[in-house]
Amino acid sequence: MLQQYTSVGVFLTVGALFVAVTLLVGRLLRPHNPYPEKLAPYECGEIPVGGGQVRFNIRYYIFALIFVIFDVETVFLYPWAVVFEEIGLFAFVVMMLFIGTLVEGLVYAWKKGALRWV
Amino acid sequence: METFLIVAIKSVLLVVILLTVFAHFMLIERKFLGYFQLRLGPNRVGPWGLAQPIADAVKVIIKEDIIPHDADRITYKLAPVVSLFVALAAYASIPVAPPVEIFGRTIELSIVNPNAGILLLLATTSLGVYGITLGGWASQSKYSLLGALRSTAQMISYELALGMSVVGVIILAGSLNLYDIVAAQENIWFIFLNPIGFIIFFISIVAEVNRVPFDLPEAETELVSGYSTEYTGIRFGMFMMAEYVNMLTMSSLATLLYLGGWNGPGFLPPIVWFLLKVVLFLFVFVWLRASLPRLRYDRLMDLGWKVMLPVAIANLVLTAVFVVLF
Repeated sequence: MLQQYTSVGVFLTVGALFVAVTLLVGRLLRPHNPYPEKLAPYECGEIPVGGGQVRFNIRYYIFALIFVIFDVETVFLYPWAVVFEEIGLFAFVVMMLFIGTLVEGLVYAWKKGALRWV
Repeated sequence: METFLIVAIKSVLLVVILLTVFAHFMLIERKFLGYFQLRLGPNRVGPWGLAQPIADAVKVIIKEDIIPHDADRITYKLAPVVSLFVALAAYASIPVAPPVEIFGRTIELSIVNPNAGILLLLATTSLGVYGITLGGWASQSKYSLLGALRSTAQMISYELALGMSVVGVIILAGSLNLYDIVAAQENIWFIFLNPIGFIIFFISIVAEVNRVPFDLPEAETELVSGYSTEYTGIRFGMFMMAEYVNMLTMSSLATLLYLGGWNGPGFLPPIVWFLLKVVLFLFVFVWLRASLPRLRYDRLMDLGWKVMLPVAIANLVLTAVFVVLF
C-alpha cells in the first residue's frame, strides 16, 4: 500500500515539474510591459465601476451548506455498497432507513424553499 | 529502485500523452464544430490544420502575463497551477488496459491501483473546483467573481448526483477497485444493467466539466469568459488544459464504469477498445456543444437538486432491490 502512495508522489512530482517548466519557459519568452490601463479589471473597455468585491446572492451559501450535509452522507453509502451482496437483506433494510432519513432531509429543505433559486 | 524507475517512466509518458491528446482534441473539436456549422474550421497551419495545436501553444506561451492591479497576486498566480495539477493528478488512478508483459515484467497500465480507486478518483476530481473558485475570486473582477460562484454552486450540486449514481455501479461490482469493476463487466456492461444511473452519470459529468449546455461559469454572452476573464497567456492556457484533461478523465471514468472499460470482441486489442469508447464520449461532448443552447441558472439548479438527485437516489434504491431479489 505504501508503494502505491510513493507512485502517486512520483506522478505528482512529474506533474508539478511540467507545470513549473511551462511557467519558467513562458517567463523567459514573454514580453513584460504593464501600464495602468492594461492592468485595470476588464469591463468591456469602460473604466470599471466600483471594486471587484461585489455583493452576491446568499443562495450560493445555502446550497453549499446543503451540499456539505448530503456529501458527507453519500460517503457512507460507498462502503455499504461494497459489502452489500455479502450481507444481503439486513444491509438492505438498514440502508433503506438511512436513505429514508436522507430523503426526509431533502424533502424538508425543498419544502422550506431552500432549493428555490430566486 | 527498478519499480521507481518504471513509475517515473509511466508518469512522464502519461503527462506527455495527456497533453498531446488535449492539444489535438482541441483541434478536432474546432474542426467538428466547423463542420457542424458548414464551415471548414482551422485549415491554415499545416495540412488539414494539423499543426494548429503547435501554433496555439507557441502563441499562448509568448503572450504577456497581465495581472490586474487589484488582484490578490499569490492566489491569482497559483489558481491555474492548482487547476492543472489536480486535473493531471486525477488521471493517475485510471487504468487504460489490463496489465501487460514487457521484458518479462508485469506492468499495470495505470500509475496507481489502490483498493479504493474510484474513491480516490472522485476525491481528486472534486478538488478541481478550488482552482476555479480561487482564480475567479483573486482576479477581483465582477465577471470573474460571478463565474467562480456559479461554477462552485454548479459543480457541488452535480457532484451529489454523480456520487449517488456511482454507488449503483459499486453495488453491482462489489468493489471500489477500477480493475475489478471492469472485470465484473466481462459478460454484460453496466450501462445495460443500470441505464438510469448511466444517464444521471453522463449529465453530471457534462455539468462537472462545465461544458455546454451547462457552461454557465464561462457563459460568454453575459460573463465575457467567467472565472478566466482576467487571465492571459500561459495561465489562461492552463485553465483550458485543465478543462480538457478533466473532460478526458470523466470520459475515461464513464467508459470504465458503464461501457465495460477495455472489454470488447477479441479482434482488437483491449487498449483500442478503451480508446474508441473514450473518443465516443469526447465526440458526444462536441456534439452537445454544437447542438444545445445554454440553460438558465435557476433551471440548472432545479435540474440538479429536484430532478437529478431524487432520480439518483431512486436509481440507487432500485439497484439495491434488484440485487436483493436476483
